[in-house]
Amino acid sequence: MSHSTVPRPRAEAKTAQTAPVASDDTTGPPPRGGRRAGRPSLRLRFKRDRALLLMTLPAVLLILVFNYIPILGNVVAFQDYDPYLSENGFVAIFQSPWVGVAQFERIFADSDFWHAVQNTFVLFFLQLVLFFPVPILLALLINSIVRPRIRAVAQAVMYLPHFFSWVLVVTVFMQIFGGAGVIAQTLRQHGVDGFDLMTNPETFKYLVTVEMIWKDAGWGIIVFLAALSSVSHDLYEAAAMDGAGRWRRMWHITLPALRPVIALLLVLRVGDALTVGFEQLLLQRQAVGVEASDVLDTYVWWNGIRNQDFSYAAAAGLIKGVVGLALVLAANKVAHLMGEQGVYKK
Amino acid sequence: MSALLDTAGEEARTADRRGTAGRPGRWAAPPRPVWEEEPARAGLAGKGIALGLACFAILFPLWIVVVTSLQTKKTIDEAGGLVVVPRSVTFVAYQELLGGGQVQRAALVSIGVTLVGTLFSMTVSVLCAYGLSRTSSLGHRWILMTLLATMFFGAGLIPTYLLVQALGLTDTYLALILPSAVSVFNILVLRSFFMGISPELIDSARIDGAGDWRILWKIVMPLSRAVLAVIALFYAVGYWSAWFNASIYLTDQDMMPLQNVMIQLVQKQERPVGLAAQINTGQLSPLAIQMAVMVMALLPVAVLSPFVQKHFKKGMLTGAIKG
Repeated sequence: MSHSTVPRPRAEAKTAQTAPVASDDTTGPPPRGGRRAGRPSLRLRFKRDRALLLMTLPAVLLILVFNYIPILGNVVAFQDYDPYLSENGFVAIFQSPWVGVAQFERIFADSDFWHAVQNTFVLFFLQLVLFFPVPILLALLINSIVRPRIRAVAQAVMYLPHFFSWVLVVTVFMQIFGGAGVIAQTLRQHGVDGFDLMTNPETFKYLVTVEMIWKDAGWGIIVFLAALSSVSHDLYEAAAMDGAGRWRRMWHITLPALRPVIALLLVLRVGDALTVGFEQLLLQRQAVGVEASDVLDTYVWWNGIRNQDFSYAAAAGLIKGVVGLALVLAANKVAHLMGEQGVYKK
Repeated sequence: MSALLDTAGEEARTADRRGTAGRPGRWAAPPRPVWEEEPARAGLAGKGIALGLACFAILFPLWIVVVTSLQTKKTIDEAGGLVVVPRSVTFVAYQELLGGGQVQRAALVSIGVTLVGTLFSMTVSVLCAYGLSRTSSLGHRWILMTLLATMFFGAGLIPTYLLVQALGLTDTYLALILPSAVSVFNILVLRSFFMGISPELIDSARIDGAGDWRILWKIVMPLSRAVLAVIALFYAVGYWSAWFNASIYLTDQDMMPLQNVMIQLVQKQERPVGLAAQINTGQLSPLAIQMAVMVMALLPVAVLSPFVQKHFKKGMLTGAIKG
């Protein structure tokens, strides 16, 4: 057999369920530079692992084509890109004139851009304050249900909206809060006209936050339930013996157990702060107007896809990408300083 | 962190603590540990109300949609729109929609894209996850880093759009599948699961002469059914719910999937092609048609996801985040 000429060091033994989050492939410092003593030659290793390499190939190719090549495509942000200079849009990149940072100057001078930035931050802040605590509270609620069947049914109901498309969520909300929705219908029968939250720019930011809670807060409880289930029951018993009541046990045992998960999710959320619901906002843009619904992502979409001002939109997208990357790194730094794990290890 | 997401013994522990293992009535409350105090009446009531409200907020809107889709035009007109309490049952809206035309075609497109896309994504992801599951293999670290880096920096909408155009994928169904075919997150979840499979098992198969392809097919995949089901569901839901790529890469209205048709019919209140005459002459209620389209979009996920529910935790976070 061609594949087994070189002994393959074993992966560390462990069972599937207990695979820890961040420690499965780095039990020691990774070997850097130079070959370790007794390590087989590159040629032998290639021969041994070629099946594995071949298996990763399709995914790696897809990632290279659809994730890495577009990163290079961001050069159009420094051009005045004209797709019609060539038959093929990619060839046109090489024929388009370079304009330096002119696109960025245009963006920074555009009040619509700053408005989109403002909306992005307002929505991020609202989500942080209103959305973030809901899964924690729901998880505590579910966790306190002792009847297994009720627990399973409640979980099934709460997970459900996560699997709905944004189109469905928005159309479902129309049936409740829209001009032809149940509330408007009931009010009209009692002589009150004109209720329509779907087209009200004033309340729109709360509406989208509620939509988000409806769709994903239930799904968010999974991580917290997993954390809660791993708390040793002896802790609760010992605390009860020492006279701690229900609330003190929750405060001193349950919440500290959730702390690392909360920190991790906060880091993830802050790192992703500029993404505040692209599809959701795009779907409601027409109904509620640009003023209330425009965020960075939809700003890019409008200028690039709709107005075909590719260089300008790519520049705006690049700003978002770079600031987003900085936010991820900064959020992790803060997590590390606080002694938490963050997304990646130090 | 690691200990927190270790969910292994949860069921066992809960069952043990409450003594529920093998208990006949699963609706009944298991016995309380001796040290735990009697729950306060007010606390129980508060919990019941909170749980009831949460479930009501999720189910009530869906109830209205389903009920209205099943009403005759007469009962809808009497109710003045959406129907909360069912007063009649008719499947005429579904018969009309599934009898051919725009919505039926869109549903078939969505089913086709979902099936083909999920199969493709699963194949590529499972292969890659297994290929990366031996930490000592050649290039392992480099390939992993290549994948991980994409989770930190997105290329952005415009360059991706230009690429899909340049590749000539516009107005083909490949544009709905290829750009979002692999999720690095899903690959990492699968990989961490594969890495958890006992290496003794794999080594013994290797000694018996099995190659990596055979080991993956005969040993690793049968042992990973739960996580495969979860990841397949994630991919399938992704394809079924997608509408944005279709909206920017497809121009032919006849190619549009169900979600995009739903935007036209329900959100923008357009009349479905082919059924406009029946609606205009008052034979069909436009509202029942709209609600029926929504039910068609929600039914597959609502039916499928509870079956996979008990495995969800395996598909979440565990092993997905590492550096």
